[in-house]
Amino acid sequence: MDKDFAKMQRDTRARNRKQALRIFFGRGVIMKVCTGVLILFLFTSVFAEWIAPYDPAVQNLVEKLQAPSAAHLLGTDFLGRDVFSRIIFGGRVSMYVSLLSGSFAAVIGIGLGLVAGYMDSMVSRGIMGATDIILSIPGIVFTLIIAAIMGTGVASLTLAIGIGMVPTYIRMVNGLVLSLKENDYITASRLVGQSERKILLGHLLPNAFPSLIVLYTINLGNAIMTESSLSYLGVGIRPPTATWGNMVSDAYAYLMQAPWLAIIPGICIIVLIISFNVVGDGLRDALDPRLRGKL
Amino acid sequence: MIRYIWKKIVTALLLVLLVSFLVFILMQFLPGDPAVIALGDSASAEAIQEYRDTYGLDNPVLVQYLNWIKGIVFHWDFGKSILNARNVTAYMNERLPNTISIGLPGLVFGVLTGILVGILSAVKRGTWVDQGLTLIVNFFLGAPRFLVAIFGVIVLGLHFHLIPLQGYTAPWVNFGEYLHKAFWPVVVNAIYTTAILARQTRSNMLEVINQDFVRTARANGLSEGRIIFRYTLKNALIPVVTIIGLQMRNIVAGAVIIENVFNIPGIGQMLVSGVQQRDYFIVQGCVLIISMVTVFCNMFVDIAYGLIDPRVRKAMR
Repeated sequence: MDKDFAKMQRDTRARNRKQALRIFFGRGVIMKVCTGVLILFLFTSVFAEWIAPYDPAVQNLVEKLQAPSAAHLLGTDFLGRDVFSRIIFGGRVSMYVSLLSGSFAAVIGIGLGLVAGYMDSMVSRGIMGATDIILSIPGIVFTLIIAAIMGTGVASLTLAIGIGMVPTYIRMVNGLVLSLKENDYITASRLVGQSERKILLGHLLPNAFPSLIVLYTINLGNAIMTESSLSYLGVGIRPPTATWGNMVSDAYAYLMQAPWLAIIPGICIIVLIISFNVVGDGLRDALDPRLRGKL
Repeated sequence: MIRYIWKKIVTALLLVLLVSFLVFILMQFLPGDPAVIALGDSASAEAIQEYRDTYGLDNPVLVQYLNWIKGIVFHWDFGKSILNARNVTAYMNERLPNTISIGLPGLVFGVLTGILVGILSAVKRGTWVDQGLTLIVNFFLGAPRFLVAIFGVIVLGLHFHLIPLQGYTAPWVNFGEYLHKAFWPVVVNAIYTTAILARQTRSNMLEVINQDFVRTARANGLSEGRIIFRYTLKNALIPVVTIIGLQMRNIVAGAVIIENVFNIPGIGQMLVSGVQQRDYFIVQGCVLIISMVTVFCNMFVDIAYGLIDPRVRKAMR
């Protein structure tokens, strides 16, 4: 009998998973395209060395500012570097920065948000107070300052963006926990006498999980937005390391002669961010339809 | 009500004070020694020491902070720029109007179009109009500001020669020139406010449209226009007020990007060049001013919200 029950449970779970997948991919062409785009960009950034036809840093001043051709698929920039190769390697940097800073912010932000939302103590008031103070400074300004403190370079920018996203995470997770903890099952487990730790990690976290995944995905897009904006402002990753943001920035001076130098990396940025947003939206509808329009 | 307003004002002032402390502490972590930045690498040790003494850089951090904040509170004096010894307050006074001349029209324009687009989407829900508008809104929510700005310059400026590629003229210098040059920066700023407000207005409208009193109004045979504008909109717009307050943040953040793209001499450009040149007093002054704008705007919105909706007043007490 126990066996049957376990099997039944397994079947239900498999069915739920299948249903979630169906909703996720059933949303039509846009969702499929965006998922495809993410997989493609992930693939090209992992295998950048094999895909890129040229070294992204090698200059060839004789062939500078060339229009797209067979030899250089997307043309060359003002130092004669192959734009296609730089796009692929720049994509790697963007992916790296966004995944790492997003994960950093998620771990810290979810942890602090859970604690601040669930416990009613000085600690939680302290966390929310500090969050309020930091959120009084517009996000891009705060991240700009942190980036200036950390210094330029991929690792420091990643950390700066991660830190910059933590307050928003805390605020969102906190709100989520506040609404979740009104549920009867939390009251029940408290009445049974379960420890706070067990309630937090065993009940609140798993129930918040679908929303957290959505939040994580959308924040990956935000991280790319911040990274490219800061690199454009010259505070983020500096040349010669290629990023899509500093490619646009470099190209701005040559807008007259070679507008495609700004357009190509720009389109990549927009497509990647929108893909993250759309996939995040799709995940939300698949995992938890009640949240539609709330996150 | 008076108590509610006072509480909001005190909270806002406290918040600004705490932000100023945070900003000051952050500045201590910026790499580089202000004295060396001011005098150059080749300055003698004595000259550097003298500079440190004049500006009290060897005092404990708390004392330095208190001196800085005293200057601001009593004389509205933000200190002197490290690089050219100019008064930061004078510097900001010169630049803040430019930022406002781009930001404020962007905010007003964005709020109006945002609400209109939201209403249109909600009224035409499910049709191709709604889907098209939603698609455009989602596009702009995913496109970084600097790219929208640059793409606009490429299409409208380089291709159609409708807008200048860069530059700025203040409206009080030459209004026609201002309209020509500020058009695109203002539109870029407005687009984001439009997108966010449109989304919010649409979902609020849809929520209200499904409520009983709207059904009753319909059952009574009121015209659709009257239902939308007289009954639905009024209720749907209350939460939108909060979003408008938050948009101030967005506009200020936009200034940082847009002023750098178009080379507009405003606070945002001042901040970024301050960061690049490690000019501490400029950076901390700009960040504080920017935060003050956001905090006080939120305060006004909270107060307005309390005035419109008595329930909020009670809940927040």
